[in-house]
Amino acid sequence: MNKHLKILEFALSSLSRRPCKNLGITAVFSLVVFVLSSILLLTHSFRIEALRVFNSSPHVIVQRVLGGRHDLVPIEYIKGIEEIPGVGDVTPRFWGYYYDSYVDANYTVMAAGGETSSSITMLEGSFVKEGQTGVCVLGRGISERRMTERGGVFILTASDGRFYVCDVIGVFSAESALLTNDLVIVSPEDLKRLFAIPEGMATDLVVEVHNPLEVATVAKKIKNRFPDTRPITREEILATYDTIFNWRSGLMLTVFTAAVLAFCILAWDKATGLSAEEKREIGILKAIGWETSDVLELKFWEGAVVSVLSFLTGLGAGYVHVFFLGAPLFLPALKGWSTLFPDLRLLPYIDLYQILILASLTVLPYIASTMVPSWKAAITDPDAVMRG
Amino acid sequence: MILHPGIIALFIGSFIAVSVLLYGSFLGFRILRRWDRQESSEEQLSLERRTYLVSTMMKYVFWLEILSALLFILTVDSLHTIFTGAMCATGSLNANPVGWKVLYLKISMIFLSGVWITMNDIDQRTEDLPLLRLKYGLLFFILPVVVAERYLEARYFLGLNPEIITSCCGSLFSEEGGGLPSTLSTLPIRPTMVVFFSTVAAVIIIGLLSVSLRRAWLRYLFSAASVILFPVSLAAVVSFISLYFYEVPTHHCPFDILQAEYHYIGYPLYVSLFGGSFFGMIVGITEPLRRLGSLDPVVGKAQQRWTVTALVLVAVFTMISLWPMLFSSFTLKGYL
Repeated sequence: MNKHLKILEFALSSLSRRPCKNLGITAVFSLVVFVLSSILLLTHSFRIEALRVFNSSPHVIVQRVLGGRHDLVPIEYIKGIEEIPGVGDVTPRFWGYYYDSYVDANYTVMAAGGETSSSITMLEGSFVKEGQTGVCVLGRGISERRMTERGGVFILTASDGRFYVCDVIGVFSAESALLTNDLVIVSPEDLKRLFAIPEGMATDLVVEVHNPLEVATVAKKIKNRFPDTRPITREEILATYDTIFNWRSGLMLTVFTAAVLAFCILAWDKATGLSAEEKREIGILKAIGWETSDVLELKFWEGAVVSVLSFLTGLGAGYVHVFFLGAPLFLPALKGWSTLFPDLRLLPYIDLYQILILASLTVLPYIASTMVPSWKAAITDPDAVMRG
Repeated sequence: MILHPGIIALFIGSFIAVSVLLYGSFLGFRILRRWDRQESSEEQLSLERRTYLVSTMMKYVFWLEILSALLFILTVDSLHTIFTGAMCATGSLNANPVGWKVLYLKISMIFLSGVWITMNDIDQRTEDLPLLRLKYGLLFFILPVVVAERYLEARYFLGLNPEIITSCCGSLFSEEGGGLPSTLSTLPIRPTMVVFFSTVAAVIIIGLLSVSLRRAWLRYLFSAASVILFPVSLAAVVSFISLYFYEVPTHHCPFDILQAEYHYIGYPLYVSLFGGSFFGMIVGITEPLRRLGSLDPVVGKAQQRWTVTALVLVAVFTMISLWPMLFSSFTLKGYL
């Protein structure tokens, strides 16, 4: 044991004797780890965030599909769906997207009522009450872009070209940004007028199922009874999000594997190109009684120190980048398509699995690429080296 | 094909492992053909130098194999969220049944890797490398196993389709499941408990005797008992140990205990079981090697150490298994 520690000590001093070369490789190594860890941590916390958000979403959403496109669903379908055993409340939802050309942003406009009001509690001001028209509640992002606060007015252009003016009675708090940043809540009556939704129609239906195990069966029955609908279960949404985030991070990782490869070539090159002084050093070590295996161990410790140092630096930098700075470098590529991005504060989260993946992607290739050069250095013949 | 970070990491690992192993086996073959300990030619010297390279590379590959088994389980477990009907690793493995073969091969590779690393280790402690032919010969036996494992692993991940509705542990590890998992789940609890605890007791008693008396036949016996302990313990985990962790008398899954809900207790449980069985086995495997060259003192010392390590790990495994039986309010009284 003592011998190994001594060799480690020697490795440390040998590294510090050549600071430039070793700092160079450590810096590049850290950079590679930093990039990969940022991608991994970011997508992983997105998945966690999505999971948290959608856990409170409705069991089944029923949309109507017309010619393969999403269409308005007749409210009379509710009766038919409610007759299916195991189904709880069925409520219509009214919502739509609105493009605001003044500030170049897309909003999600939703009608108050049903699950909208119960799931959103993070609010400054008051919410749209039943029967109240001409008022609205805004997300933080919209309120900032349009520079209206509580007490101000908010103007939208309706489908018929007329202006629709409403009083801002509340603004969502910043904590709920992921859900509410681009959200406008108005009354159902206002919304129908705004988007010209015909009477007796809704955007989609929200179906509650008493027993979570029966969700898939209920969805199938809805599809059988109303063949023109598309029931979407919560599980499906979650699985889709999971796949999307895995796929995105996988894609980015694949792209950056090229960087790992380039780094491996650099590591190989650095490890092969021993200076005359280093060669002499190994020669002397062997002349004073070091075995080939001892020199190999020395090289192993040098590699280990460089790996651990770079890995921790890179991972730490990635952690700060993602969780404290909001991942400015990768967010646009990984997040989504909306124009009005919420200012995300991700929950710091890291687990052994992420670290293991990161190590497999960086440290393993590094060790593999320095193996042969280390051996070549270790079998140096003392006699040949010292004679020059 | 699912572009999951874990899958990419495993693929990169596969590529490195197979290429390094192929190169190492090639070098090993050349060394085997020309090796002559008595010779003092230039060629023999260069071969001796190459043995260092082969040993380094193989140690790397086999540690990589052990790590990849862990990464595989973690990845398969984390993939379950994308399959309808999957709740843990069982569901993901059922989504493409070739995954089960990969799992079995990975478990075998843990033991094979351990054996090779140990043999290499004791061999390098001697001057005359008496195990050289044996360990390089073993490489040609291990090479096809690794290639098969990595090939099936690639087929497993490439064949995964998120559309598949899979069945999970609730149906596989139950009376209706069929096959080995179902048989294990329906093992009568009381007799299984008796067999499990007597095997553990036997291993510990023989181990203690072997450490103090230092007899060859005791070491063989200890090794055999450890070999038996492994399947018996796995059966016990499926049959009753898992029930205590889930606190559900009908849930027999050996994978769910790896999840966060059960505080990842499966990892220390399986690591101590694998480690305990391995160090027990290796005591017997190395016993006949003591006759070779200058190995006797090296192996003798190591065997004592391995026996103690095995005993500690088996004790840890037993304590983790016993913990919920003794200290949780859950009881299987009605099922015994």
